[in-house]
Amino acid sequence: MTDPVLSVRDLRVTFQTNDGPVQAVRGIGFDLGRGETLAIVGESGSGKSQAMMAVMGLLAANGKATGQAVYRDAQAGGRPVDLLALSDRQLNKVRGARITMIFQEPMTSLDPLYRIGDQLAEPLRYHRGLSKAAARPRILDLLRLVGIPEPERRIDSYPHELSGGQRQRVMIAMALANDPDILIADEPTTALDVTIQAQILTLLADLQKRLGMAIVFITHDLGIVRRFADRVAVMRAGEMVETGPAERLFTAPEHPYTRMLLDAEPEGRKEPPPAGAPELLTGRDVRVTFRIGGGLLKRGRDFHAVDGISMRLVQGQTIGVVGESGSGKSTLGRALLRLLPSTGRVAWLGRELPQGAQEMRPLRRELQLVFQDPFGSLSPRMTVGRILGEGLLIHEPDLSPADRARRAEAALVEVGLDPAMRNRYPHEFSGGQRQRIAIARTMILRPKLIVLDEPTSALDRSVQKQIVMLLRDLQGKHGLSYIFISHDLAVVRALSDYILVMRDGRVVEEGPTEMVFDAPREAYTRDLMAAALSRDRFGRLALG
Amino acid sequence: MLSYTLRRLAGAIPTIFIIVTLTFFMIRLAPGGPFDLERPIDPLIMLNLQRAYGLDQPLWQQYLTYLGNLLQGDLGPSFARRDFTVNDLFAAGLPVSVMLGGLALGLAAVLGTFFGTIAALRQNSWLDYTIVALATFGITTPNFVVAPLLSLIFGVILGVLPAGGWSDADPRYWVLPIVTLALPQVAVIARLVRGATVEALRANHVRTARAYGLPARVVVGVHALRAALLPAVSYLGPTAAALMTGSVVVETIFGIPGIGRYFVQGALGRDYTLVMGTVVVIAIFVVVFNLLVDLAYAWLDPRVRYD
Repeated sequence: MTDPVLSVRDLRVTFQTNDGPVQAVRGIGFDLGRGETLAIVGESGSGKSQAMMAVMGLLAANGKATGQAVYRDAQAGGRPVDLLALSDRQLNKVRGARITMIFQEPMTSLDPLYRIGDQLAEPLRYHRGLSKAAARPRILDLLRLVGIPEPERRIDSYPHELSGGQRQRVMIAMALANDPDILIADEPTTALDVTIQAQILTLLADLQKRLGMAIVFITHDLGIVRRFADRVAVMRAGEMVETGPAERLFTAPEHPYTRMLLDAEPEGRKEPPPAGAPELLTGRDVRVTFRIGGGLLKRGRDFHAVDGISMRLVQGQTIGVVGESGSGKSTLGRALLRLLPSTGRVAWLGRELPQGAQEMRPLRRELQLVFQDPFGSLSPRMTVGRILGEGLLIHEPDLSPADRARRAEAALVEVGLDPAMRNRYPHEFSGGQRQRIAIARTMILRPKLIVLDEPTSALDRSVQKQIVMLLRDLQGKHGLSYIFISHDLAVVRALSDYILVMRDGRVVEEGPTEMVFDAPREAYTRDLMAAALSRDRFGRLALG
Repeated sequence: MLSYTLRRLAGAIPTIFIIVTLTFFMIRLAPGGPFDLERPIDPLIMLNLQRAYGLDQPLWQQYLTYLGNLLQGDLGPSFARRDFTVNDLFAAGLPVSVMLGGLALGLAAVLGTFFGTIAALRQNSWLDYTIVALATFGITTPNFVVAPLLSLIFGVILGVLPAGGWSDADPRYWVLPIVTLALPQVAVIARLVRGATVEALRANHVRTARAYGLPARVVVGVHALRAALLPAVSYLGPTAAALMTGSVVVETIFGIPGIGRYFVQGALGRDYTLVMGTVVVIAIFVVVFNLLVDLAYAWLDPRVRYD
């Protein structure tokens, strides 16, 4: 092997916080060969992003990096430079030109106030001294290279006029502008829909084959890197616990943490409810329409978020609603709970649900909702005990404070938390714990139906698995019914016994879980499956 | 954009109409009248006066007459300054107020942005703390304290500038009023810009700019500052209207012939037409500057587009 293009030695990153110094990266080291793909895998908080941010000199102001990150620039005769020892000015000659980076947040990584052509021109202007006009042909080439349709028109678009996938393609184009030696991709597909994820990964793999740069791929999802990475490094709590060739790591993982990550795919299946189970909720021709634009004098355009959906949920059943973002699955969930005005019929235990908020209130207790965002959905100024007891105040006003406290403790035990935690505040809990609290908040009311709106999407894989198991346990114990909304097919498969596949507000396919997964009829479902399962470590579809 | 502007201006007409109507009737609810003096006037003279100004007619008729005149741009005669129409008074005073207010606004915008950006770039340094402390001081110190102090220091003790008075031709008379008007606005704008810049510097797209090795001046000047100016721009609209329609305190202390005094003088003297005229002028300024702010906003932020 020739000299590695990047050698990291004893890299440490420390953040000064109000609670004293926090070590995010605790002395890691690795080599990156020319043209190699190295995946750095770890769960959130493992320090994988901060390690590469340190190499790029992009740490927050309170962060400090020590150690070495030696880069050998082939254009400069392979002379080694320690990136951590460079001044900002010297570093600016390397980053954006020789080492480039794409980020997790395609929606916000581009400046919303400038046309993408102007932004793509910047690395060319400041590293190669090209004028805006001279950069234009190169930018058009780049946009073509990353598969942006109609580059002549798109070059003058603003970021908000592009989809998330297109914005990530623009970021990739920016990363490639100066033919870098190293491309650092920090969770580049996490924020994207599954079908788009697969496209972006294929694009990156293909570009690497053609252009030959080395890629550092940071991800929390081991499945995603299997076919993509030459070598994998697993990080946990700021340390690298295992590195090795991708093939070996997947077939013979040495460290227990790696085995745990590999094993984190939610398992098990849900049995369908018995044939004679009573009917709980039926929807007939449910429609939700939003008016877009319009004004005093002008009629807006109607947007059919949910476009005539009928469904039937029996007791003990879980209906999985899958689809990409914008397909209307969350809107459907809210319409069924009468949280959004809709037309069509929604009946609960055979009686039409009232449209008015007042009339719905007594029924709310039986019809509960858990949200995606475990950080935003719990009030930061209330203790967990008060958050849990709030619903009881409304639905069981006769309870004494002591009774409420007892019920809150019982609910915490039920979701696997320590009852003593009821006096603490939400910010003291991890994402997974908060989601447990959110579930406890619904369980305390003893509901019959819970609409779960992407409850696991913001969580790490291993935590997802625990939440899935918790939800299945609770369902078995209390005979609950779920409407489970998710774009994550692996989780849906483990939880649901019936599937609705949504696209553009309509159901394109439905049926028992096994049938939909094993023999999808619609091309769209097949696409969705293919994209999702290629992330799966058992997947059959190769990338690139 | 043009059609949007026209629609907004058309939409302002009912607003101004409602303001005019409310003011017209509310000031009539106040006890007393324009010709009440400490010593009662001869009833016959009073009657003649009232007839001369149309005050003897029923209120609704006076209202319609006023509206009719207003539509022709005639704000009516001043009751208190018998030789002048309200139009005359504004023709003399408004340019002074607009010029002073406009210069003060420009000064405040430039200095406020400058100090706010510096404070944000040196966040949590002594420079930042000093600027924030001075800004808080500037916001909390009322102009009836600042104006006499400035006048005393620069006019009387140092004697470098006129302590008061006015000259259209000599800019030395403009300095102290402009500074008095601008200081609190510098403070507010500096705080707004500081907060927005601190936020903008943490934005993901600024991180992208840094990751691509752009020089610091481009990262700050091109990518952070434009976003950071948006809140300040929103603030400038109503502030411009307030500054350009004159300040009672500043005009009184420095003896400036602007229009700010008229509102108070008119209200106290029950000079109905003068109060009405001031209200109409202020309303028009507010409408126009809010429109300008919205247009500037759209120009700065392509996500906001009106069609």
